[in-house]
Amino acid sequence: MGSSSSSRNKIPNAQELMHQTGFSSAHLLRLHDRFESLDRDNRGYLSPDDFEVLGGLAMNPIGGRIIEAFFSSGQDTVDFSSFVRILAHFRPTDRNRNKEGTQQELPSSRTRKLKFAFQLYDLDRDGKISREELLQVLRAMLGLQVTEEQLQSIAERAIQEADLDKDDAISFDEFKKSLEKMDIDTKMSVSFLK
Amino acid sequence: MEDLWTVAVAVFQLWIFVVVFFITLPAMFGLSLGVTSVYIQILVKLLEWATIRIQRGREEQPSVPAPLPNGIIERAEGSMEEEMEQLRHSRSLEGGEFALSDILYFCKKGLESIVDDQVTQRFSSEELASWNLLTRTNQNFRYISLRLTIFWGIGVFVRYCVLFPLRITLAIIGLSWLVIGTTLVGFLPENSVKYWLSEVVHLTCYRICARALSATIRYHNKENRPQKGGICVANHTTPIDVVILANDGCYAMVGQIHGGLMGVIQRSMVRSCPHVWFERSEMKDRHAVTSRLRAHVAAKTKLPILIFPEGTCINNTSVMMFKKGSFEIGGTIHPVAIKYDPRLGDAFWNSSKYNMVSYLLRTMTSWAIVVNVWYLPPMTIQDGEDAVQFANRVKSAVACRGGLLDLAWDGSLKRGKVKDAYKEEQQKMYSRVIVRQNSISATHTRRDDQS
Repeated sequence: MGSSSSSRNKIPNAQELMHQTGFSSAHLLRLHDRFESLDRDNRGYLSPDDFEVLGGLAMNPIGGRIIEAFFSSGQDTVDFSSFVRILAHFRPTDRNRNKEGTQQELPSSRTRKLKFAFQLYDLDRDGKISREELLQVLRAMLGLQVTEEQLQSIAERAIQEADLDKDDAISFDEFKKSLEKMDIDTKMSVSFLK
Repeated sequence: MEDLWTVAVAVFQLWIFVVVFFITLPAMFGLSLGVTSVYIQILVKLLEWATIRIQRGREEQPSVPAPLPNGIIERAEGSMEEEMEQLRHSRSLEGGEFALSDILYFCKKGLESIVDDQVTQRFSSEELASWNLLTRTNQNFRYISLRLTIFWGIGVFVRYCVLFPLRITLAIIGLSWLVIGTTLVGFLPENSVKYWLSEVVHLTCYRICARALSATIRYHNKENRPQKGGICVANHTTPIDVVILANDGCYAMVGQIHGGLMGVIQRSMVRSCPHVWFERSEMKDRHAVTSRLRAHVAAKTKLPILIFPEGTCINNTSVMMFKKGSFEIGGTIHPVAIKYDPRLGDAFWNSSKYNMVSYLLRTMTSWAIVVNVWYLPPMTIQDGEDAVQFANRVKSAVACRGGLLDLAWDGSLKRGKVKDAYKEEQQKMYSRVIVRQNSISATHTRRDDQS
């Protein structure tokens, strides 16, 4: 009959996390609850199969790649601070952070979001999206709904448009250029409720 | 020493006297002394005061997080087509149907699922809009005001030292009466007297058990109560659902035979009244289960079967997929919607977090259980409808009546993975977006050729 009151004291390095990521203490508490509910065996870290049970991810055509991008730094577990840091990339960019003196974060957070999206395409992490990799992503997103020829022509057109230095692959800068007019900030941020 | 003993015996006798005459006997006859309703009214007023006090306190101390019963993020509600349109709006698409930015839509949806999803949320207790003075739902509220803390302290004392022993006594009396009564009735030959007596025994036991939980039950639309030969389906929140429904009618229960105390109760119950208990091995054979239930329903004189088609306990904010097995048996379906009031006690059984005993202890130390039961008009399968569509129709009716969210997800998702059909659906939708662009650009090129 114990109580289940969550308190900030359960979260390690709470202050540091708040400072670095910009999440408020209320957000941090909620993310901690979420982390604990995903971590079914109470191990203190998450592994890919903890994500695979989420219905929304399992039905997402690129769900597997999103999970892989979460574990990108070569490890196969993610603890709470890494979890929060990765999710912090997707906060709406906070234009009023001058007080903390972290003006430098503003341009890089757009870059961070783009980097995450780039990693969804670039599976072997060589810094370029090859034609093969593009075909694989298209196949994942479209499944069996289009023919092989249609896939090839779609991939061909996409590469022709974006590949500026004609090396038959899309580098990160070319990727950035092709998305430069897009409002990445709203299209790729998750709006946390206060 | 002797005096202490006689005093203890006297107190005990007084205690039993109070319990039997003021609670058990009226309960058996379905009467009420009105104490519980006064208690609930006082509680509701107290909680309303507490809510106002907490809101005031939150304005003064902004570090206390506001509760968010609908999840922690705000999702864009547009369809895939609308959102893709918005993504492409800032680019001029000459020939390419596919844009590199399309992946951002899936990426965002995936991240939103990681942070908050519709299914996992339903398998933990509902988050209240305010604190109901129970330790278990506390989120640092008790440091807001001294008076709040005092009331919380009084609450702890009342619940654990006064109400809890009372409830345990009632539960023991209720369950032993069930076992003894049904065994006695089982000795009678099969005639109408036996059936009537069995109904009386069952009803009185469940009424005592309901008092053991301080349950206040309101039944609506009693004219739609399930009839003999029908099947009663309801949304499932807790094993207590059985007690709630059986307070107002007799049902034939369906389930697995357990060992231990549950097994003893099950075996004695089936002596007086034809419940349908399955051995563990039989449960796996769907065909055997369906044929036994069908035989029960076909004999129109038997009690209505009680089934929970969700297959698992959900937290009473939504209704998940009704499994089609119950709807393939035939017969009339009588849907019932059950809604618990979460302010006075959390009835949801989180089976992955608590086992049965600790769940019952938690329930018996909450304030009370307040529940509304709506009987819906009977439904039968229509021509040209298959079992799945019928199940969904019944589910929508139950969700609508009970004020619950109607979800299409399968409740067993909390244990297993989702089917590939959902992913195919997403892929289909996306290919439609691309192919549509394709046909637009195709007509453009055709027009260029002609001109």
